[in-house]
Amino acid sequence: MLGYALRRLLIAIPLLVGITFVSFLVIHLAPGEPAEIQTGDLSIQSDKQMRERLREEYGLDKPLPVQYWNWVKRLSRLDFGKSFSPDARPVLQKIGERLPVTLLLNVVEMLLIIALSVPIGVLSATRQYSTFDKVTTVFVFVGFATPDFWFALLLIMLFGVQLDWLPISGLRQINWEYFSFWRQQWDFLSHLILPITVATFGGLAGFSRYMRQSMLEVIRQDYVQTARAKGLAERVVIGKHALRNALLPIVTILGLSLPGLIGGSIIVESIFAIPGMGQLMVQAVFERDYPVIMGNLVVVSTLTLVANLVADVTYSLVDPRIRVAGRRSRR
Amino acid sequence: MLSDSASFEVGGLLYNGLVTRDKNLNLIGDIAESWTFSRDCLELTLQLKKNVRWHDGRPFTADDAVFTYETMIDPRTPTAYREDFKAVASAVAQDPYTLRVRYKEPYAKALQTWETWMLPRHVLEPYARAGKLRDAPQNRASPVGTGPYLFREWRPGEKVVLVANPDYFQGRPYLSRIVYRIIPSQATIFLELKAKGVDMAGLTALQYSRQTDYPAFRKAYNKYRYPGNAYTYLGFNLKDPRFRDVRVRRALAHAIDKRQLIEFVIGGLGREATGPYKPGTWAYTADVRTYPYDLARARALLAEAGWKPDSEGILVKDGRPFQFELMTNQGNDERKRVAEIVQASLKELGVQVDIRVIEWASLLKEYIKKRRFDAIILGWGIGLDPDQFNIWHSSKTAPDELNFISYANPEVDRLLEDGRRSCVQADRTKYYRRLQEVLAEDQPLIFLYFRDALPVVSSRVKGITPAPAGIRHNFTEWFVPRHLQRYTAG
Repeated sequence: MLGYALRRLLIAIPLLVGITFVSFLVIHLAPGEPAEIQTGDLSIQSDKQMRERLREEYGLDKPLPVQYWNWVKRLSRLDFGKSFSPDARPVLQKIGERLPVTLLLNVVEMLLIIALSVPIGVLSATRQYSTFDKVTTVFVFVGFATPDFWFALLLIMLFGVQLDWLPISGLRQINWEYFSFWRQQWDFLSHLILPITVATFGGLAGFSRYMRQSMLEVIRQDYVQTARAKGLAERVVIGKHALRNALLPIVTILGLSLPGLIGGSIIVESIFAIPGMGQLMVQAVFERDYPVIMGNLVVVSTLTLVANLVADVTYSLVDPRIRVAGRRSRR
Repeated sequence: MLSDSASFEVGGLLYNGLVTRDKNLNLIGDIAESWTFSRDCLELTLQLKKNVRWHDGRPFTADDAVFTYETMIDPRTPTAYREDFKAVASAVAQDPYTLRVRYKEPYAKALQTWETWMLPRHVLEPYARAGKLRDAPQNRASPVGTGPYLFREWRPGEKVVLVANPDYFQGRPYLSRIVYRIIPSQATIFLELKAKGVDMAGLTALQYSRQTDYPAFRKAYNKYRYPGNAYTYLGFNLKDPRFRDVRVRRALAHAIDKRQLIEFVIGGLGREATGPYKPGTWAYTADVRTYPYDLARARALLAEAGWKPDSEGILVKDGRPFQFELMTNQGNDERKRVAEIVQASLKELGVQVDIRVIEWASLLKEYIKKRRFDAIILGWGIGLDPDQFNIWHSSKTAPDELNFISYANPEVDRLLEDGRRSCVQADRTKYYRRLQEVLAEDQPLIFLYFRDALPVVSSRVKGITPAPAGIRHNFTEWFVPRHLQRYTAG
């Protein structure tokens, strides 16, 4: 097992180099340079000398391979560089201050999705073609088809504007500093309700569908028949024997959605004005802030690779068949 | 050191210049008490107020102004305003409250240059010497200015908090605490307004005219409207032989109904442009040749230029139909709609227009800089000074420069040079009025409209007096009567 994990880890290194190199190339191919965008290219005050200086300062005057090599060299010392945006802060610091809120949002979202979609999936599988199944099917299609931003605006209209129950955007009231401790906590939580609802709604549809499908397959297996024949209660048959096996594919999907936890949701963060990773990335792209874009990419792609690895390893842990196959292949 | 418009607004509350603009956009003293020009316009002496203090308590002296000048001309300083300071020969602090500036040659923007925010020498000097101004904590953690507000907090991507400066040299501002929220989505800003979550924001034309016209909104907010500092135009590539003919440009101007265009594109919330200056400013004149909507006149002009309709009504010259590509940048629906209206209007004449919408950065790099365009819909933001040398002068046509339509007119060149060299406003007025006349005759581009700025402010806020400069000119005098106060600070 350990050897397998190590081998996978080694393969990940060239992969990461490849990902960063291609990304680096693509970003630099996009027209518009940070130096130009910053000096306000078409403004009356545009200053050519200034632009040249910035290019030099950022190292953009060197050939692309050299720029990439310099970037890799710095990265090997874990130096992600400084942002090109006017605040010129270290990339790691910028990512560091955005990561917690995105993580919080997405972890809660993930937990909610699992907590809701597993029972929904199981119920609609065990009662296939029942009213519940039909209702959830419709719900799922609606969930798939609803654009995030539209749903978010509807919720804001209802709960933020019409009913005035929940705050619309941001993370804190503007006079948050002057609240009592408990009111501060509630204020913060209440700002998260709508964004989490929107994010959960989008993911719920897919997940509950996977769960239903996987469950449907499992309950037709012989061992489920056997369990029933043994006289086990239906609750135990489904909850213990069937569910465990039905969860297997879900583990894979879960593993693949791990990077999304860090990447952040661009749409949700933009609409709700949440200063998370998604927003940081979008802004960096518009400003052609190469160090921040690359820093983000490295963090997210590393995590994707790690998540894939973790998913594979967990998969073999929960599924004995794969573990045995893995051992055999090594011999 | 801040660059986009929101940070410009924040900076304006933290810093002062030596001079500033009053509500009619005239220059008045800010840190400067008074100033005099020598008769040859080469020397400017500014007397500074004696009660100005930095936020950390140190007194402001002429030496800080000298430091600001030195920083601005240092090529290592990232600033877009260096050009203005290049005309300065020397800036000397004659005594702590007298600044003497000498110019290499008479420079019209000499005084206006000193609108620049003053920088504290005692805080920034080590960073400036090392060429590391961008690293100074001044930029984000602890800016030290002289302005009416003190910097309290910045949460990246979330908000900026300012609090009133009790020792401000013009008296403490009334509003105690200003929170700038960062909301990326225009739709969300609008919903926050509807829920009264924000007190001040800008509206789009559609929101202004249609979506905010109900009693609850009118009660909660006051809407304001004043001409903005940018105009939208239809520009021609004057290297194209078809557009080099002034009769063609005039004909096209006659074929576009500006009033209808403004109505359709921005709900009538704008003003027709007749030239590159904003109506109501000192350099502006309405007394120029105009091009009323007149298709017959347009056809006649085109016929004179050799463009005759064929059997299907399409204009043809030397066997080739009149057809051109009209480009604009992506992400600006307003410009796209302008392009569509131009397309429809010119179709009536028998001119075929193909619209191409291109991402901003590639539009600049691939088409504008390389002059690979027929015509464009774009806008010019105009400064507070009428000097537009960089846009119209025939020497400014290099790939990176702004006269990308390749306009050249010796009289215009001369007027721009003279206007730039004088420090006497009456003379400059003459030059720039004549400039507008010539530009109106020449129509190097079709000036379409100035769109209005459309801010709304919560009706709890009193003391706002709209003026040509907008509403923010007396921000420190805005207040919320006690019974209407919603947020309590401290």
